[in-house]
Amino acid sequence: MTKMSRSILSLAMMAAMAGPASADVIKVGVIGTFSGPYALFGKNFKMGIDTWVAQNGNKVGGHTVEFVYKDEEGPNPAKSKALAQELIVKDKVQYLAGIYFTPNAMAVAPLLEESKTPLIVMNAATSSIVEKSPYIVRTSFTMWQNTVPAAKTAIKNGAKKVAIAVSDYGPGIDAEAAFKKTFEAEGGAVVEAIRIPLNTTDFSPIMQKIQAAGADTIFCFLPSGPPTIGFFKAYVDNGLKAAGVKLMSTGDIVTEIDLPSIGDSSLGVLSTYHYAVSHQSPENKSFLEAMAKVGAGPDEVAMTGIAAYDGARVIYKMIEATNGQRDPAKAVDSVKGMNWVSPRGTVSIDPETRHIRQNVYLRVVEKVDGKLVNKETGAVFSDQPDWALSKR
Amino acid sequence: MGLVLSILTDALAYGMVLFIISIGLSIMMGLMRVVNLAHGAFAMIGGYLASYAMRNLGVDYGVAILIAVLGAIAASVPFELLLYRRIYRNADPLIQVLMTIGITFFIIGIVNFVFGPTVKSIPLPAALNGPADLGFRMIPTHRLFVIACGVVTALGLWWLVEKTEFGIRLRAAVDNSGMADALGIRTEIVYGATFALAIGLGAFGGVVGAEILPIEPFYALRYMVTFLVVVSVGGAGSILGALSASMLLGLADTTGKYLAPEFGEFFFYLAVIVTVVLFPHGLLGKAHA
Repeated sequence: MTKMSRSILSLAMMAAMAGPASADVIKVGVIGTFSGPYALFGKNFKMGIDTWVAQNGNKVGGHTVEFVYKDEEGPNPAKSKALAQELIVKDKVQYLAGIYFTPNAMAVAPLLEESKTPLIVMNAATSSIVEKSPYIVRTSFTMWQNTVPAAKTAIKNGAKKVAIAVSDYGPGIDAEAAFKKTFEAEGGAVVEAIRIPLNTTDFSPIMQKIQAAGADTIFCFLPSGPPTIGFFKAYVDNGLKAAGVKLMSTGDIVTEIDLPSIGDSSLGVLSTYHYAVSHQSPENKSFLEAMAKVGAGPDEVAMTGIAAYDGARVIYKMIEATNGQRDPAKAVDSVKGMNWVSPRGTVSIDPETRHIRQNVYLRVVEKVDGKLVNKETGAVFSDQPDWALSKR
Repeated sequence: MGLVLSILTDALAYGMVLFIISIGLSIMMGLMRVVNLAHGAFAMIGGYLASYAMRNLGVDYGVAILIAVLGAIAASVPFELLLYRRIYRNADPLIQVLMTIGITFFIIGIVNFVFGPTVKSIPLPAALNGPADLGFRMIPTHRLFVIACGVVTALGLWWLVEKTEFGIRLRAAVDNSGMADALGIRTEIVYGATFALAIGLGAFGGVVGAEILPIEPFYALRYMVTFLVVVSVGGAGSILGALSASMLLGLADTTGKYLAPEFGEFFFYLAVIVTVVLFPHGLLGKAHA
């Protein structure tokens, strides 16, 4: 952006902020994937927020809250930045929320301080996002948060030689680093680390490579969607499953949305994740019932729904603390250390990192009543921080 | 040695999938001079129909393939009658590209609306599911089936074009459509039948190749470049050309994946560049006058 257009933009933003809050409606701009291959995850943003509003009303201390939705489509930073600008300047939103992809979140971050707008990230899972602006709070998860427990589980299950296979982009590289560091620190050996290009669909060569390396366990991370199905099939059909090589992952590759398509080859896969739709608790039961009422079909609830539901809670708290005024520092301060019982378990906002602390559950894919689910095994890693941010 | 054999078998399977899908495109480009960018979309329709037939109607794999092929052809008929017929052989390439890419977006939108944005799997029958032991490695049984399908397709096409009455008419219409018309060959019908054949092959490839190229709405765009590359490397309209291009590119891609996966599709495109520099009209293509 040129210097000229930048100063015009900030002028426009100042003009936008100088005006009185219009008729006391507080707008929240939600950027999510509402079309394309990731549309169901964006739909979950909306359903999670709708569920929160259905349960708690659309008023906070006399202020009406209105959510405005914009479609980020795919990993497209320029587009997300334009959408955020539009929301800030044209719709005059007081809060931004959502964002499925890491690069999109990174592109929006520089706008926040300039426009005094807090951002509640509801998915994008690369650790460093919250460091890009003091006005970012995250209610989803990070790769480090979910991967460190996976490495500990592998050690506990007797894995000695692990092959790591991850998609070659931000979260994949985070997952590889987190697993490698934890696993090697506990005395395990990483015999092969493969970074798979994002558009790979034929995983047979990768399975052959892993087999040749003599690994007893595979740890993998791929973004949910087209690649995961092929990865699982290749794992089974190249004889690795039959040879006793175990497969572990974070929950991203066995989301409840994808399980019906992946099919029975996913049976027995272990994954560590912060939320399973099958989680047994009264909070989750009423959450799922409420989600169904706002239009969630069977097999449609995913992790972005719960992140949005908890994100909406955080936004309401911010509005309450600032009494509807634009005061991002106060808003963010008010949620530091905030804790509550979410449908996923007890959670809190880490005052240091502004990232959510939560339980991470070990789950196994099982068939319950003819339906594939991530069943919790009972092993819980409680109150996990983001390991990358907290150890610095 | 085991590694070399492993690479060769995987390359063969991948190459065959490329061949089955791309040969339809190659025929259309070579015979009707239509750059059909919607070819991937019709292959995708085949995949969706097979997935729907198996998962919702509960039919067998074989029946599902038949439904997919016939269904995709049926879906393409209105396009052929209303649109494609006007651009055979003589239209401006820009018009062809704009029209067919428009059809592609149209089909993507419809498919997204009807079937949703997630990946649809095509369940395999027990006989094709799971690993098969080749002695030096395990291979998905389905890959062997794909290789067999590719061989049958290549032989079948060769027989059709070289040995049958239809083949003679087809070659006549291609070489000189005006003269063929004058001799009483209904070129319209020949082209219509060839169009159906091309779409049917695409749909067939979409179904049997779904394990390697998974079925989702953006299939139509995601793999279209690959299919076009196969045609341009092989030479439009040549069966043997498409077959050798598929094998060459399958081998380049698979070798790259085995030995240097972090390079992505580098080796695939390197092979493309080298071939196109050495053979500007493709391996076995003829320059069009």
